[in-house]
Amino acid sequence: MKKIIKYVLLDLLRNRITIAYTLFLLIISMSVFNLEDNPSKGILSLLNLILIIVPLVSIVFSTIYVYNAAEFIELLVSQPLKRINIWLSIFTGLALSMSVAFLVGCGLPILIYASFDVGIIMTAMGLMISIVFVAIALLASVLTRDKAKGIGVSILLWFYFTLIFDGIVLFLLFQFIDYPMEKTMILFSCLNPVDLARILILLKLDISALMGATSAIFRNFFGSQWGMMATILIMAAWAFLPLWWSVRKFNRKDL
Amino acid sequence: MIIATNVTKKFGKLTALDNVSVTCNKGQTISLIGPNGSGKTTFIKCLLGMVVPDSGFITFNQQNIALNWEYRAAIGYMPQIGRYPENMTIAQLFDMMKDIRKKSTHQFDEELIQSFKLDTMLDKRMGALSGGTRQKVSASMAFLFNPDVLILDEPTAGLDPLSTEILKEKIRREKQKGKLVLITSHILSDLDDIVTEVIYMQDGKLRFHKSLDQLQHDTGESKLSRAIAHVMQSK
Repeated sequence: MKKIIKYVLLDLLRNRITIAYTLFLLIISMSVFNLEDNPSKGILSLLNLILIIVPLVSIVFSTIYVYNAAEFIELLVSQPLKRINIWLSIFTGLALSMSVAFLVGCGLPILIYASFDVGIIMTAMGLMISIVFVAIALLASVLTRDKAKGIGVSILLWFYFTLIFDGIVLFLLFQFIDYPMEKTMILFSCLNPVDLARILILLKLDISALMGATSAIFRNFFGSQWGMMATILIMAAWAFLPLWWSVRKFNRKDL
Repeated sequence: MIIATNVTKKFGKLTALDNVSVTCNKGQTISLIGPNGSGKTTFIKCLLGMVVPDSGFITFNQQNIALNWEYRAAIGYMPQIGRYPENMTIAQLFDMMKDIRKKSTHQFDEELIQSFKLDTMLDKRMGALSGGTRQKVSASMAFLFNPDVLILDEPTAGLDPLSTEILKEKIRREKQKGKLVLITSHILSDLDDIVTEVIYMQDGKLRFHKSLDQLQHDTGESKLSRAIAHVMQSK
């Protein structure tokens, strides 16, 4: 398995997109921090950028990579290798390269400019989001045979997680405005890894006071030790479940 | 050595394999013949575990291949259309395969690499190779690990006559070592002198599995191509 990971990583390095992505993130985060005189303002601008760009690049790049690696996968499957190992190696390779790109591109500037505890949670969330969306991309690409369709599905999924989901939540919120929705909102936010990351980071920033009563409930839940643990677990589940499903699909897939 | 029992595979409405049962033994050279779309490649892919049958099972040395992956170490496979990572060079590809199939006890069989003169173009990218050269790479890869079973899917398609001769010579030598060789091919005259058994498939069904002598006897034709044509006409 180590060997396959090695070849996946070599292949990823050779096509240079990950390097371009790293540089792109680095330029964005450096310029954001240099434009704003106040680092927490910088972190807020960066937060919104990260929560849009990181899922997009992770999911689209991984999907395209898996389709382009079809020959490579076909070659490996006819060799004495376990299918699950091939698939997990591809996942590990992709997740590793996306994580390193994020760590160098955003993690370093954040840890340099921002205060430590906000910085660390933001970096951790960015890494988790990267991994979650690689897992979702693998699922999307194993479910659809057609390349164009697969890439379409992953872009739609990205749309759903970054825009449509929030729209649905807002709609529900206004429909049921007469009812207490705070507890339900916690449940809703668990259904979307991007929202979960956003809430966790916002709570670490002082501006969460602006969010009113919901924020207080959120702070009670997510701010506590248990809440933190639960969030990390839910994020891990968001990475694990799509991956597990895709492994099951890949094991029965005809190549 | 390889026993397939009632293997059925459907792709949507198309039945690619319909209740196919085959037994292949050591030392045989089997030719898998049939019109296009008769399920030859699907059957081979089932043997390799690349396609999962809907029902039925295949055993390799008495072990069910559905639960197993190690058995593939004993198989050398040459695909019909060799598809390889485009931005790898020939040398990198061979090194990767050797690395992945780590087999230190055996000597690598690099004879074909030399006789196909692939060693003079080791730093060419796979994406830049012609179809024929790619076939040569596939063939060299199938023989590289000295496997007990060779599965060759259309091995001579796209090869020039000289290379075809080299490959045939190689197959003949491996056959003499008592290996099982499974070949599919359209160009029947290529096979005449190496084949010992013939499997004929049509529309996903196994029509017959006979030894060459038996087939020649039944049809009264001495050439394989004539004998097959005779069978196809009488159906």
